[in-house]
Amino acid sequence: MQGEIRRSYMWLPVCVLFLLAAIIAGLKYGSIPLSLSELLNILFHPQDAGLKSTVVWQLRLPRVALAALVGMSLAVSGSVFQAVLRNPLADPYLLGVSGGAALGAVLALTFFSIQSYAVPVLAFSGALLALLLVYLVARAHQAATHTLILAGVMVGSLCTAVLMFLLLYSPSDPMRSALFWLAGNLSRTEAGWLPYAAAACIGVILLLWARASLLDVFTQGEDVAADLGVDIGRERLLLLAGAGLLVAIAVALAGLVGFVGLVVPHAARLLWGAGHARLIPAAAIAGAGFLVAADTLARTLLAPAEVPVGVITALVGAPFFLYLLRLRGR
Amino acid sequence: MIQVRNLGFSYHNKSVLQQISFSIEPGTIVSIMGPNGSGKSTLLRLLRGRLKPDAGQVCWRGAEAHLLPRRDMASRVAVVPQQMQQPFGFQVREMVAMGRYIYQRALAGPSRRDWAIVDQALADTDSSHLARRCSAELSGGELQRVMLARALAQQAPVMMLDEATSQLDMGHKRGICLLLRDLCAQGKTIVQVSHDMNSAAEISQKILLLDPRGRQLGFGTPEEVLSIENIETAYGVEVDIEHHPRGGQLRFLPRPLSGLTP
Repeated sequence: MQGEIRRSYMWLPVCVLFLLAAIIAGLKYGSIPLSLSELLNILFHPQDAGLKSTVVWQLRLPRVALAALVGMSLAVSGSVFQAVLRNPLADPYLLGVSGGAALGAVLALTFFSIQSYAVPVLAFSGALLALLLVYLVARAHQAATHTLILAGVMVGSLCTAVLMFLLLYSPSDPMRSALFWLAGNLSRTEAGWLPYAAAACIGVILLLWARASLLDVFTQGEDVAADLGVDIGRERLLLLAGAGLLVAIAVALAGLVGFVGLVVPHAARLLWGAGHARLIPAAAIAGAGFLVAADTLARTLLAPAEVPVGVITALVGAPFFLYLLRLRGR
Repeated sequence: MIQVRNLGFSYHNKSVLQQISFSIEPGTIVSIMGPNGSGKSTLLRLLRGRLKPDAGQVCWRGAEAHLLPRRDMASRVAVVPQQMQQPFGFQVREMVAMGRYIYQRALAGPSRRDWAIVDQALADTDSSHLARRCSAELSGGELQRVMLARALAQQAPVMMLDEATSQLDMGHKRGICLLLRDLCAQGKTIVQVSHDMNSAAEISQKILLLDPRGRQLGFGTPEEVLSIENIETAYGVEVDIEHHPRGGQLRFLPRPLSGLTP
């Protein structure tokens, strides 16, 4: 019946199949296309030498894994921002949180190397500062939906402007790294702290999932949530810090990839409703699949040239944002 | 159960409420009435400890309301808010299950018992048929019943309603009044802010009437408080008070706009 929401487990196989299909496409396509049997042969015989095996194991698999991690983190952080700020248009990129994280990461890179732990630490600080700034500005205006997004876009612009300034001073090829930060790129799989970052992201996502009831309550507004028994100040800080950490790690690894946190949770809500017990895992799995698919497109669309992955997600996400804006205007 | 003594509150140095004193007994319906801007919603917030009084105190069995932890307060009082938009589409059952938030163990969702209580609350508010609907697509009347079900699922002894029926049509309004009276008969304490003088006089044991400057005009039974003089002081409207021909309940009739002279 129309307007009904069924609480079934259908989301799980749908999301997992989508992710698997994206992963297979991501491993199959590229400068050397592989057939499915070739790919399976390589995957089940990792010890075999050969160019194709090297391409899959050394190049494509790390990249697919990175895309999955970043996509998962962005989609879950988007869901959390939307619930806590009670704003369906919230997205880490549009809120300026990604911009703050990128600025922090670039600051770290001008003084330390990509291997340094200063990169995720400063990215996290930048993300939280940007979020705090946006939150304070928007709160003065009684949290009108569009004020929050406007403030976020402005803080994001400010951050990327400072970031450009810093990059133009840096010795190594500034335009190339500027493109990396501003439009997103999943080719940097070399950071030594990557495994720890992955563990941290998955840990935070599981913790946020465990707080699904709390996220549900937050969507009713802070005032109602307080009457339902939530210690607003403390819980809000913890949830936003968790989401901020996810964004910081995603951005430190892949630059500014926008709209994943907008498109994926919305699609999941449309299909399975807003309950976070389903939304968080569905967004995590589908977000991973979404970015793996987007990155595969980015690598193959204009091969041998590579389109920044942020361009692909913006091509999908920006029209979607406009559609949502129109929908809400009615 | 709730003791209010010499309560005063100001906002931006402007006095909103002053010298309010009354008490709420368990198992009664108390209606807070007064003109727009007389501080009714603020008083309701002070009652449930969401604001700190500037003078006097609000005590729940001896404990000052604003000092009680949120969780503790949520087990004592459930709130039905004024109508609000639902930007996210939840299944109605999930909406009602939010009332069970304080009872859930850390890191766990609603238990089987929680879901049973949710379904009972939906049945009690005649909204079982809405259980699987999407909250974003409910009508005003349906949403208000779901909010009421959520407050019931919270299983708190006190229920507070802030103009919860103001946007409902006559039929839905009567339905909610009946439900409130039944709940009261079952032992719930109900505190409501209301503009509907006829219904409030009919179902309330006690009325608190505020004047436009947030001072207490009276606290007592509807007959005591809702006098022609008090109503004119509070609202600046002349009314006639009659008794309903069928049951004798108070009926308040504003004098006609024209035709004062026959």
